[in-house]
Amino acid sequence: MTDLSFLREMARKLRVEILKMLTKAGSGHTGGSLSAADIVTALYFYKMRHDPKNPKWEGRDRFVLSKGHAAPLLYAVLALCGYFDVALLQTLRQINSPLQGHPCCKSLPGIEVSTGSLGQGLSVANGLALGLKLNRSSSRVYCLLGDGEIQEGQIWEASMTASHYKLDNLCAIIDNNDLQIDGCCREVMNIYPIDEKFKAFGWHVIKIDGHNMEEIVAALDEVEKIKNKPSLILAKTIKGKGVSIFEGKAKYHGVAPTSEELEIALKELNNGKN
Amino acid sequence: MGKTECILSMSKVSVKDFFGKDMATRDAYGHILVELGKNNPHIVVLDADLSCSTKTALFAKNFPDRFFNMGIAEQDMMGTAAGLALSGKIPFASTFAIFATGRAWEQIRQTICYSNANVKIVATHGGITVGEDGATHQALEDVALMRVIPTMTVIVPADAYETAQCIISASEYNGPVYIRLGRAKVPSVLPEEYNFKIGKAYVFNIGKEVNIIANGMMVAEALKASEILNKEGISTGVINFPTVKPLDEVSLLQIARSSKLIITAEEHSIIGGLGSAVSEFLSENYPVKIKRIGVKDTFGCSGSWKELMKYYGLTAENIVKVVRENLT
Ligand SMILES: Cc1ncc(C[n+]2csc(CCOP(=O)(O)OP(=O)(O)O)c2C)c(N)n1
Ligand SMILES: [Mg+2]
Repeated sequence: MTDLSFLREMARKLRVEILKMLTKAGSGHTGGSLSAADIVTALYFYKMRHDPKNPKWEGRDRFVLSKGHAAPLLYAVLALCGYFDVALLQTLRQINSPLQGHPCCKSLPGIEVSTGSLGQGLSVANGLALGLKLNRSSSRVYCLLGDGEIQEGQIWEASMTASHYKLDNLCAIIDNNDLQIDGCCREVMNIYPIDEKFKAFGWHVIKIDGHNMEEIVAALDEVEKIKNKPSLILAKTIKGKGVSIFEGKAKYHGVAPTSEELEIALKELNNGKN
Repeated sequence: MGKTECILSMSKVSVKDFFGKDMATRDAYGHILVELGKNNPHIVVLDADLSCSTKTALFAKNFPDRFFNMGIAEQDMMGTAAGLALSGKIPFASTFAIFATGRAWEQIRQTICYSNANVKIVATHGGITVGEDGATHQALEDVALMRVIPTMTVIVPADAYETAQCIISASEYNGPVYIRLGRAKVPSVLPEEYNFKIGKAYVFNIGKEVNIIANGMMVAEALKASEILNKEGISTGVINFPTVKPLDEVSLLQIARSSKLIITAEEHSIIGGLGSAVSEFLSENYPVKIKRIGVKDTFGCSGSWKELMKYYGLTAENIVKVVRENLT
């Protein structure tokens, strides 16, 4: 049995680290880091084979954070896994820090590819999946996309490629928090129906509640059994999840918490405890 | 693109076989790529529905499992190439120069170069000699677009022999490389003992008055021009500069010290290419009079490639004229 309560606890810790580092940095992306925290926790603490002591281990599964602005989320999970000291999180966005505003694979172990320009990660994930197949590796590739991000044309080029080359070692996950910078995705540029689009492109699609650990784990298990086509986990999420003052608010997409907000947030996340 | 372009020979070749051959650089690429594929199982090739024109079709025929047609999707192709590189492969991604560097510029910058992914972009149909297809297909800005990206190496070979060598060198070098090839047949210019090295210029001879710094198909024109000028008593040298980045600064200083006038000649816009690179370096380090020959900040147009070379002044005759006008 999967220890779901352990995963939930790790997700909570992840959120705490995200908020602390963002507040210290004074800028960065809060909402989209929080909305994908449960999914990324399940990837790193449940599903993915990886070795924090040997980040370049050949047999590892690969994670591509296509929505690179959620860098704090990636940094937090890498730190909690032990890729580097948690104290390093406090240097986020500072000069000479390996924790760049958006992930840079040349400066930090555990990052597969530099991201930050939206729409490009799925192509890279495809290339990794193709390369792993050529290498007869059983490693799998996971790619996290924003829902606004799928407005980029390259995503649809890549979604064709993934199904054309039958990349069943690839799993894309869409953080469907329904918000982007200028507002609700439906209003900025309607992306729906997402599931029907990917199905039409030849993907296996699983719809879940992206904050329900049981559903996340079940979906990650299911995609491994799908053969000859790529899988998409379409995760319904809430932007800013875990902190009520941030939840569902476009405003908190790209601003860091103030120290007062951090105090409120930590109280909520710690359930009153410290 | 006719169907006949898909018919390519498949006999074994080595680099030396390209010496002395008058041949389009893209043809040399197609053949040497197959040899590379035989020798190194990590070589993979991507194309965007132009494999018959870029000549990667030959590799596709020989190694279907290591060839990926990405369809007409250059941005996706560059990203996929990056992913393949990050999984340990050595991807060669090919399409026309304008689409490789124009459509997918940001993918090259963000995903390939910023990640230092070991991707070789080998673009064909660079320059005006694309001919009849006209301006939309004539990349006159590609070298500029690639040169400006940190970590990118930029190579413009002059003939088939140099092409074969630089393709091999690129495969052995770790990091992003852009190689610009042409559509039209070009004469052999480099001698048999020539040994291509990334970042090294090749001196045919150094003139005491004029030196012509050229790459690509303008090397042949520069050689013809120098012959005319030397006969007229104007001591003229020719230096082949296949690598636009990193620039061979040591050779440049040496050349500048022996020049009253430097001419740069390239089948590219005079903005941002070899002429710019040379001017930037020399104006800071050893100012000498420089005249840039290239396409003068304008789009191309349709015509036969030979007509277009004349039309845009990319000829030995024009080089001679510019030298006469500027040598005081
Ligand atoms: C190509 C590109 N265009 C614009 C941006 C600026 N940008 C950063 S985040 C963002 C909105 C992203 O929305 P979404 O994909 O839904 O992410 P999430 O809601 O998960 O944060 C934009 C437009 C960018 N990073 N890349
Ligand atoms: Mg969103």
